[in-house]
Amino acid sequence: MAVLKVTFTKTNRDKLAQVLWVLNWVSVITGIILFSLGLFLKVEIQKRRELMSDEIHSVPNMLIAVGLVACGINFLGGKICYECVDMVKFLRWKLLLLPYIICTFFFTFCILVGALMCYTMRNNLEESLFLGLRDAMRYYKDTDTPGRCYIKRTVDLLQIQFQCCGNDGYRDWFQIQWISQRYLDVSSNEVVNRLRSNVEGKYLMDGVPFSCCNLYSPRPCIQQQITNNSAHYNYDYQTEELNLNQKGCRQALLEYYTQIMQSIGLIVLIIWLFELSVLTGVRYLQTSMENVLRLGDPDSESDGWLLENSIAETARYNFNIIKSLGKCYQVDDDPNIDVPSTSQQAQVNVPTRQIPLAS
Amino acid sequence: MVWAKVKFPFEKRVKLAQGLWLLSWLATLGGAITFCLGCFLKTELRRRAEVMDNTEIYIVPNTLIIAGMAAMGINYFATRICQDALDATRFPRWKTFLKPYFCCSIFFTTLMLIGVILSYAMKGTLEGSLKVGLKNGIRFYKDTDTPGRCFQKQTIDRLQMEFQCCGNNDYKDWFEVQWISNRYLDFSTKEVKDRIKSNVDGRYLVDGVPFSCCNPSSPRPCIQYKITNNSAHYNYEHQTEELNIFIHGCREALLNYYMGLMNSFGAVVLSVFVLQCTVLASLRYLQTSLEALVGQENTEVETEGYLLEKSISETIMEYLDPVLKLMLLNQVEDGQVKAEAGAAGTSGTAGATTPAT
Repeated sequence: MAVLKVTFTKTNRDKLAQVLWVLNWVSVITGIILFSLGLFLKVEIQKRRELMSDEIHSVPNMLIAVGLVACGINFLGGKICYECVDMVKFLRWKLLLLPYIICTFFFTFCILVGALMCYTMRNNLEESLFLGLRDAMRYYKDTDTPGRCYIKRTVDLLQIQFQCCGNDGYRDWFQIQWISQRYLDVSSNEVVNRLRSNVEGKYLMDGVPFSCCNLYSPRPCIQQQITNNSAHYNYDYQTEELNLNQKGCRQALLEYYTQIMQSIGLIVLIIWLFELSVLTGVRYLQTSMENVLRLGDPDSESDGWLLENSIAETARYNFNIIKSLGKCYQVDDDPNIDVPSTSQQAQVNVPTRQIPLAS
Repeated sequence: MVWAKVKFPFEKRVKLAQGLWLLSWLATLGGAITFCLGCFLKTELRRRAEVMDNTEIYIVPNTLIIAGMAAMGINYFATRICQDALDATRFPRWKTFLKPYFCCSIFFTTLMLIGVILSYAMKGTLEGSLKVGLKNGIRFYKDTDTPGRCFQKQTIDRLQMEFQCCGNNDYKDWFEVQWISNRYLDFSTKEVKDRIKSNVDGRYLVDGVPFSCCNPSSPRPCIQYKITNNSAHYNYEHQTEELNIFIHGCREALLNYYMGLMNSFGAVVLSVFVLQCTVLASLRYLQTSLEALVGQENTEVETEGYLLEKSISETIMEYLDPVLKLMLLNQVEDGQVKAEAGAAGTSGTAGATTPAT
């Protein structure tokens, strides 16, 4: 009992082949789109690699690889479909078609995996950003240490661009010494007192860098002595919301990347559905052409199907093939091989006949 | 005496028509590109309209938009004419259309050239407009509670951060303006009272700049207050410090940005102009060489094509004559009236004198 059998006349087969040829070329373009999406994601992650503790390479690499393979597979598919209309050329491709279809089936499975990875990347990213931002803020002041000179600029530009401050909020800056020792006058009383009052000898203050300042504030930015209401006129830090950026940079970056990933994931899912439909078309074309060959008349109607027998039977058949592959060096019940058996029953079953003597 | 005469054998005419068809489609594309460049320039100017005082500079993108649209139309008709050119039955229907077509085309092509020239020539106007606009923006920076000026602070802050600039000419412009609103000044403190008293206009001036002037590339945390006071900060000398705040003025930064845009667009539009001129000249040659075929039985003979039927001066006179006649006609009428009046006067005086004798 064939699965989803459809009858194809000659004109139907020709039309199917032409449509599949066009669709395969469209799929090459979607493969290029996949490739460029992977490249875009890779560039976006590279841009902020200083803020991540370990970069997420798996998703963009997967997308890039899948995109390239899609281009190749669909290019081949287009060529095959173009030539399949003619019976003579079909014979050339006959043997290749079934492995091609199986490969494409596994490949579409990879596209689906790629799409799902896009949605699951979020957790890894959050962890990576938490650690990365914490380290970046710690090294903010080290503009004279090689390898860390540009962290200050990266963090400042990040806070300005995403309108965020600190890891979870602006209070993260209160726990870090973000002013380098080179710019602290260690001879002044104030500095000495502050250093002494801290256990680890760090210069901590309730101030934030200028990049935390909110553009939309109606008053000039208050970045020093933020929690000290009396230091500023007409200021209450608990109710003041517009002075500094309220959002944490981890949340801002996470939202940004999640948005990108969700859009990319959606596009990849659509491409997956498209590839699946092209694959179905190619399978129908293959089976209908093979049936035409079996019938012998190239102009006759033929049936096309997805699977020749029902799903359970096909699964059993394939499973048996795999089992027998495992036993290929073991003896099977081929009647031409003389196997001396040691069981009693076998001896009894073998009839013995006396050869009649010639009289 | 025809001007710019060229002989066209049959094959050359055919090649001219085919080449011109291709060129016209390219020129249509060029016209579309000019239109798009004009639109882009207009949106970019609109984005920063709050720091510009007047809208005179908009003439450049508007000219490019009009010239681009006209170029698309002109070249579309040129392709249609080319397609019909080699068919002797279909070409004559374009005859009456061609003369006004050429006049319009020359007008709009000149408009394109004028647009390019304006984009280089209007630098001074743009600079003046930016100067006044930025001055006002800085003056109204503190007025975040005045309707109509609430967003000046935001605009200026964003501008300074995006273009990495500070102030109008440079950061010292902020020292001459009170950019901290009175609502946030504690008038009961001695410091504020002293500062206001020491100023003639009663303004609170500081040697400080807003946070948007801070340079993210600076190795040290930003120093925005008491900039000129070296002793207020450790290890700081304001004359040699270059990385702390942005040293360029916003006028210069914006001017460079817009002139860069207009220069590159001008180069592209100039090449479209040259292409357009080539199309028009080739079309004129095609028209004149085909018109010479009228009445001839054999359509494959060699004909002459020219750009102008008479020499340049004669053609100019031909077009100016009606205009001059219109002006001279009035003068002739006046002259006649005067002559008649004079004749009447003399005859009157003559008549008056004769009875005396």
